[in-house]
Amino acid sequence: MAERARPLSLGAAAGWLATAGLLLLTVGTTAAVLVRAGAAPRPGPGDWAAVQFTALQAAASALISAALAVPVSRALVRRIFPGRGALITLMGAPFLLPGLVAVIGILEVFGRAGWISRAIAPLGLAPLQIYGPAGIILAHVFFNLPLAVRLILQGWHDIPAERFRLAASLGFGPRDVARLLEWPMLRTTLPGTILTIFLICLTSFVVALTLGGGPRATTVELAIYQAFRFEFDPARAAMLGAVQFALCLCATLATMRFAAGAGFGAGLDRPIRIIVAQAAGARIHDVAILLMVTAFLSAPLLAVVLAGLPYLFDMPASLALAALRSLIMAVASSALALGIALALAHVALRAGPAGKLAEVTGMLSLSASPLVMGTGLFLLLRPLIDPTAVALPATVAVNAAMAVPFVLRILLPGLREIQAGYGRLSDSLGVTGWPRLRLVTLPRLRRPLGFAAGLAAALAMGDLGVIALFGDPDRATLPLEVFRLMGAYRTNVAAAGAVVLLVLSFTLFWICDRWGRNART
Amino acid sequence: MKTKKTISALMIAGLLTATPALAEEKPVLTVYTYDSFASEWGPGPAVEKGFEASCGCDLKYVTAGDGAALLSRVMMEGTHGKADVVLGLDMNLMAQARNTGLFAEHPKIDAEYTLPIAWEDPVFVPFDWGYFAFVYDKTKVKDVPTDFKALAASPLKIIIEDPRSSTPGLGLLMWVKSAYGDGAAQVWKDLADNIVTVTPGWSEAYGLFLKGESDMVLSYTTSPAYHLIAEQDDSKAAAPFTEGHYLQVEVAAKMAGAQQSDLADSFLTYLTSSDVQAVIPETNWMYPAITPAAGLPTGFGTLITPDKALVFPPAEAKKVRDEALSEWLSALGR
Amino acid sequence: MLALDHLTLAVGDFRLAAHLTVKDPGVTAIIGASGSGKSTLLAAIAGFLVPQSGRILWNGEDLLPLAPGQRPLTMLFQDQNLFPHLSTAKNVALGLSPSLRLTAADWARVDQALLRTGLAGLGARLPSELSGGQQARVALARMLLRARPLLLLDEAFAGLGPALKAEMLDLVVALATETRAMVLMVSHDPDDALRTAPQTILVADGMAHPPVSTTDLLANPPPSLRRYLGK
Repeated sequence: MAERARPLSLGAAAGWLATAGLLLLTVGTTAAVLVRAGAAPRPGPGDWAAVQFTALQAAASALISAALAVPVSRALVRRIFPGRGALITLMGAPFLLPGLVAVIGILEVFGRAGWISRAIAPLGLAPLQIYGPAGIILAHVFFNLPLAVRLILQGWHDIPAERFRLAASLGFGPRDVARLLEWPMLRTTLPGTILTIFLICLTSFVVALTLGGGPRATTVELAIYQAFRFEFDPARAAMLGAVQFALCLCATLATMRFAAGAGFGAGLDRPIRIIVAQAAGARIHDVAILLMVTAFLSAPLLAVVLAGLPYLFDMPASLALAALRSLIMAVASSALALGIALALAHVALRAGPAGKLAEVTGMLSLSASPLVMGTGLFLLLRPLIDPTAVALPATVAVNAAMAVPFVLRILLPGLREIQAGYGRLSDSLGVTGWPRLRLVTLPRLRRPLGFAAGLAAALAMGDLGVIALFGDPDRATLPLEVFRLMGAYRTNVAAAGAVVLLVLSFTLFWICDRWGRNART
Repeated sequence: MKTKKTISALMIAGLLTATPALAEEKPVLTVYTYDSFASEWGPGPAVEKGFEASCGCDLKYVTAGDGAALLSRVMMEGTHGKADVVLGLDMNLMAQARNTGLFAEHPKIDAEYTLPIAWEDPVFVPFDWGYFAFVYDKTKVKDVPTDFKALAASPLKIIIEDPRSSTPGLGLLMWVKSAYGDGAAQVWKDLADNIVTVTPGWSEAYGLFLKGESDMVLSYTTSPAYHLIAEQDDSKAAAPFTEGHYLQVEVAAKMAGAQQSDLADSFLTYLTSSDVQAVIPETNWMYPAITPAAGLPTGFGTLITPDKALVFPPAEAKKVRDEALSEWLSALGR
Repeated sequence: MLALDHLTLAVGDFRLAAHLTVKDPGVTAIIGASGSGKSTLLAAIAGFLVPQSGRILWNGEDLLPLAPGQRPLTMLFQDQNLFPHLSTAKNVALGLSPSLRLTAADWARVDQALLRTGLAGLGARLPSELSGGQQARVALARMLLRARPLLLLDEAFAGLGPALKAEMLDLVVALATETRAMVLMVSHDPDDALRTAPQTILVADGMAHPPVSTTDLLANPPPSLRRYLGK
């Protein structure tokens, strides 16, 4: 049914403001670079090769991560076991690591001198050779599988318990449940999940390069680096940035065509868990999957922790200040990201072109080249204020923008359900505007909200981001300090800094996520 | 209660924003430099303290990732930039930097440079230098190659940096090109199976090497000095190559549009003083442009000293590097 | 008095026309075949659907510019009448203040409404801790506090058993009589209409017909209604 035409509400105004702000940060910054640099050249054959490689590795990483995440999330939904909550929280960890730290963790396990290589050496086997496409995909799966699991898990929780009760009462077998409950849920969850991971991997830089094994693994982001600092051709960099946006746009629009609304209707929050009858085979299958995933995810994390632990007390005091600064910035980024995403969702939930524009805008920042964005922002700010003086606020804003796609992806399905289930009731009672947000939306959204807040905070915490481009050496963040330590030969102290970073991001994530998961659903 | 809140709000604001208003009475000299120079572990803090003691000014660093990012930033800002001095370009960037017309000639500096090459440049003032080299662990590598051909023929695994995103990576490109000219492409083809991976920057490459991912890593002849002096670890060494080693000279220059032109001049002079030059070896882990009267730190005596310094004149460097890059790309994969 | 003035509703290809008036107070049933547009009509009156043309007037005042919550009506849906995360008392209190800003006197009125609907002492419970009949009563208690002169029932209580449904309808009629409210109830059960509604609007063939006496209509149904009733 058609929406009632109403005057622009506060929520809609905020939504349009958020859309405009995000467009300015993404497309606007690219345009700023272009305007400063003059006419953009056309992409050359080398650029198309880079586009092809970038898209292929991102697609492979996204598909594999999502495909693996389905059985993992199903096993997590079906099994209740001690440590289940901890495992679900662990699912947040890899995603939060700065790229370089994660790469080193992965190589400690899978590298030429890693745990596995050393374990098989006595058997006369050659060390593992993971550099190349396999290494890139392995690292991207390590990063993104947990995110995929969490996004799909969210989908499981969006199926009201009533539906499972119905399924159990009708004597559904696993296949019936798959067809009638799981598949419709996956049809709504998977496209967005795959899209998100695809876009994350699109701009992967340190991971794709370090594990890529050589110039065959040339990504668009590397071509942007080359344009900026080898050729001193910012116009080319902006052109390549625009190519990345185009890739993002195509992928997002394609996904929107595929994605369909699930329409499970709302439930009454019954605190029941119905486990559909399972054969012993399914149980073994689930347990095996969970064990493997736990090992795969925790081994590199453990390696990072073990490498840094002995040097914890060698850390300079300046790291504590940097850590405090990072914490404040992370919390601010998270709050800003939630605000932007909620405002954006207000518009994105509408049918028609306005909703599409808002949803696409919400994904755009994921494909923005940090280098182009930082440079463009610098150019935009310069006439107004000394960019160095606002390095940290600018970083907070950019980190928030970078988190918006995740937050939006996490909140949208829940928001749609709330709209479908309680939109009319709220309207008819006159519960609109701010009271609607406070009394209906936020409480009903608590689970995804907690997850999204934790994710956004931890992402901001671990991001090296544009701070490195704005350059105020006296106000560094923790990731920048860790990177600086590595650049100053102090690898061991850097490893200790990475542990602190890991623990802090993880704690932030854990607090928010736990708050959400304590919701009565 | 209210004051408490105000105070904590102020503290947070102080953590997040820069430059308290109080310091604004003194003139501010703005120096653009690369991040590791200005960091706590680089020469930056000592240089700042030393210069501020005599200049009656406030020295403020603004940083970019590395020399190339620095030049990119300066070009982007054009004549509207805040920089008075840019510190941290190298010889590969000098021609490009000169062509922008954004840099001014330096004052007469009375210095006896101890560089491996003669230095006379009206614009750029050298402050340190080093040789690129492959660093290895003496306890693990016994058969140390003595040139690129021997390295290519050996089973040794190396990690190098990408010339498109890193200074040492570009240095290696120029090194092979200057040593082998038209034969460079073949050298790269032969090296292909030795290369474990190509990292975006020095930190990744060196970190991976220390983790044991490779036998050798592209770094500097001075790298072992860090391990020796700071960690009392003498296991690291640089392999001397008979072809010679490529030279990196890091330079600083005054901006033509500098607002603090006089301060910038005295800063460039100060940069070549023994105060700064004595700090360089153990902070930037490079050779000082002028060996201090007290000599180099003890650990530096153990380092290899290449017989032959390879370097392209800055004017040639731009043309050479474009050609060398396409050779490198086609030899290693495209 | 509710007047539908040359009203045309459109949802996709479906069209529904209505030109009629209903006098208050009292209960009016809306009956018609499934898919005939009964709920569409109610949605338009409640403000969830913008009419293609025509006006909806309450005592001469045009309702169209008003948002659903501002209209002089309360609507009871087939389901989802309660917020599962809010306590019974808060669900009821929304009838007094959509932002839940209540004074002590307001809370006393909430307690009274709970008492009147037989829910005394259950204010702290969550909806999921109530039986189906009790959940329906929560919605009625809220309706009581909203005290709007028009009450729309969209097959409300359809999920309850016949006895419970009858009991609830009786309670609605009693409450509506108490507050002198007009009731429009969509129903697909002619017995409900006979029992509670003196007059009935028939929705058939793309048209909502003016109300007529329920007894007469069911005693002598037109062909379209006859098909629906299976007579």
